[in-house]
Amino acid sequence: LEVSQGAQPPIPSLLSPTVTSEQIEHLHRRFKQLSQDQLTIRKENFDSIPDLEFNPIRGKIVHAFFDKRNLRQESDGLADEINFEDFLTIMSYFRPIEMNMDEEQLDRFRKEKLKFLFHMYDSDHDGKITLQEYRNVVEELLSGNPHLEKESARSIADGAMMEAASICVGQMGPDQVYEGITFEDFLKMWQGIDIETKMHVRFLNMETIAHCY
Amino acid sequence: LDYQHVQVPFEITLWIMLASLAKIGFHLYNKLPSVVPESCLLIFVGLIMGGIIYGLNDRSPPVMDSDIFFLYLLPPIVLDAGYFMPSRPFFENIGTILLYAVVGTIWNVFGISFSLYGICQVRAFQLQDVSLLHNLLFGSLIAAVDPVAVLAVFEEIHVNEKLHILVFGESLLNDAVTVVLYKLFRSFCEMPTIKSVDVFAGVGKFFVVGLGGVLVGLSFGFTAAFTTRFTKDIRVIEPLFVFLYSYLSYLTAEMFHLSGIVAIIACAMGMKRYVEANISLKSHTTVKYFMKMWSSVSDTLIFIFLGVSTIGENHEWNWPYICFTVIFCLVWRALGVLVLTFFVNRFHVNTITSKDQFIIAYGGLRGAICFSLVFLLPEFHRKKLFIAATTVVILFTVFVQGMTIRPLVDLLAVKRKRESAPTVGEQIHIRFLDHLLAGIEDISGHWGQYYWKDKLEYFNSKYLQKILLREYDQPKSSIVLLYEKLERKHAIELAEAGQLGHGPAHPSLLGPGFLCSSNDRTVRTNQKLEDTQNPDVLDNMQEILARNLYRIRRTGPAYNRHTLPGESEPSEHAKEILILRHKGL
Repeated sequence: LEVSQGAQPPIPSLLSPTVTSEQIEHLHRRFKQLSQDQLTIRKENFDSIPDLEFNPIRGKIVHAFFDKRNLRQESDGLADEINFEDFLTIMSYFRPIEMNMDEEQLDRFRKEKLKFLFHMYDSDHDGKITLQEYRNVVEELLSGNPHLEKESARSIADGAMMEAASICVGQMGPDQVYEGITFEDFLKMWQGIDIETKMHVRFLNMETIAHCY
Repeated sequence: LDYQHVQVPFEITLWIMLASLAKIGFHLYNKLPSVVPESCLLIFVGLIMGGIIYGLNDRSPPVMDSDIFFLYLLPPIVLDAGYFMPSRPFFENIGTILLYAVVGTIWNVFGISFSLYGICQVRAFQLQDVSLLHNLLFGSLIAAVDPVAVLAVFEEIHVNEKLHILVFGESLLNDAVTVVLYKLFRSFCEMPTIKSVDVFAGVGKFFVVGLGGVLVGLSFGFTAAFTTRFTKDIRVIEPLFVFLYSYLSYLTAEMFHLSGIVAIIACAMGMKRYVEANISLKSHTTVKYFMKMWSSVSDTLIFIFLGVSTIGENHEWNWPYICFTVIFCLVWRALGVLVLTFFVNRFHVNTITSKDQFIIAYGGLRGAICFSLVFLLPEFHRKKLFIAATTVVILFTVFVQGMTIRPLVDLLAVKRKRESAPTVGEQIHIRFLDHLLAGIEDISGHWGQYYWKDKLEYFNSKYLQKILLREYDQPKSSIVLLYEKLERKHAIELAEAGQLGHGPAHPSLLGPGFLCSSNDRTVRTNQKLEDTQNPDVLDNMQEILARNLYRIRRTGPAYNRHTLPGESEPSEHAKEILILRHKGL
């Protein structure tokens, strides 16, 4: 799908009708800014965002943009560069909930977002979040404190893993080993948090204002 | 008998004793608090006391002095509310709360005042001489929702967090509006002519009062945090600073005619984070207990005095006026909530359902603040009418609305509070989501709420924490704090269950040198072993940890007046673990 400079970019089918053309324009402008007027973005282009530097999970966020599982392609692995359509695809994970969604749509909506999160936690793409990966996440989150020892981050991750085990598997027998958090378990863990309303970026909500006129 | 000498403190202590005994009495009957909210029972006790005093002395019993109420009884309750306010939901909904508090209150004031003025025009009611200005003055004091009453009632019904914070936040913040309007109309009463310039000055004053209150509160809060930085060697008086600075912020704000309630809340919220990091665990417990105790006593006394003051000759019972006041209060509140929520839902993803709206409207209880304000009115010939109307409105809202709100909540199946324990995993996820959303906002170039939150956090860690925290080099993330708290509880549980001091329960699994208990040094050694990337060791550790049954005890809601999360005395062993673990973290 070619995106020509300056022309109105076509709206990928999966996004319509929830994203208006104004929002696409805005994102297109941002894309051009990031890519320095090229057609694709590479990982290095994200370095030009100054505020992103202080984000502890910066690496994972940037990685998520290039993760082929998020780009809805059948293949696995990492893309080297993404075009505007891919950029929009990733952004669409953060669109807000709509008023007129029925149960099934809501469920799919929620699962989509949680799948995105799951891919961020599961860095080796094996479909499970292992203890080591979980530790990695916690270490990154707490990396802002230079004096916090690595072992404390580890014990926190261990504690969280055990909680996850108790939620997902219940009481474990003496010889059972909990291998890792699968996507179904992940869904269970997030049951209490209403991610449909939390995980969205507000500017993508401009459609309601547009409808007011 | 030298009664004169000790009279004042003696009587005060007797009243407090009566209040506390009454409280014990209610809780002896288990069923009673669930049917009748405590505030009603206390007013009832007050009514009885007032009746007794009236009967004995044949004159009106002492009316609650407004000064005593505003200076001594109200601050502890507001401080308690502000200190234990869950800040995350509060700031997430701050727009809605401010809208209800400011616009909603103004709507109510003008609506009620003008409708009552209309009623006064009817000849049959003999109310011709109550002018528009008097009605406006009355409207400004009766329209505001009272935090004491709301707290007392909502505490017992456990609605979902968002609903609770909306009603509660509104009741706290509308004080700024009430103060301005009340003082404005009061000054208008005394001025011969009113120019439009005065009206505009009034509007400007509102911003001054609100923002000024926040500034005063924050400056006292940060000073308190700064002071606690140096209290390492005199732990005993640490709790005192929390109370002194908060009270000073309230008094200072009142002195400058700013909103004292807003100031004390800003102070409590501003200092909480840093003070809790600086003070010792024991001081922390002391602060919690004292705050709960004082606010409990204040609360009880207020309701009893309300009851006592009702009896007597202070009232002029003009029933049409009184009835219409009650009706208009209900009607205008319902309308206000409907209209405002309509606007809010246009801009927010997380809509406020109609059930929630009903509860918000129904939960607009009036309480002691209006009562005290009405006694502060200047003496004019219709004052007693207003006193009577205020009393009836308060009694109506507390008794009728207070008693029926719980069955209504059950009937309407309003979403209840999620009764689940906090878990470390959840904290991790929420933080992860925060950072993710901030990152996405950065990438998309949009300055949204996560962006500003991130910026604030950055400012906090770079500057504020350096100045206000004693051990700056160990700033603690909320994940770490929660983990420590849960670990402590776990250690206490183990100590209680007597598992300490025993050897490892399963020597066979000691293979790589593991211990299933809490000896810190052993666990540390094992973790170093695990560095050798032995998969068997990893599996074993998971098993042992799972077997350890990391039970998480439930914590009650932070804003419950009666109970605190159970904290028992740790044994010596547990203390040792805590020290060792603390050093590790």
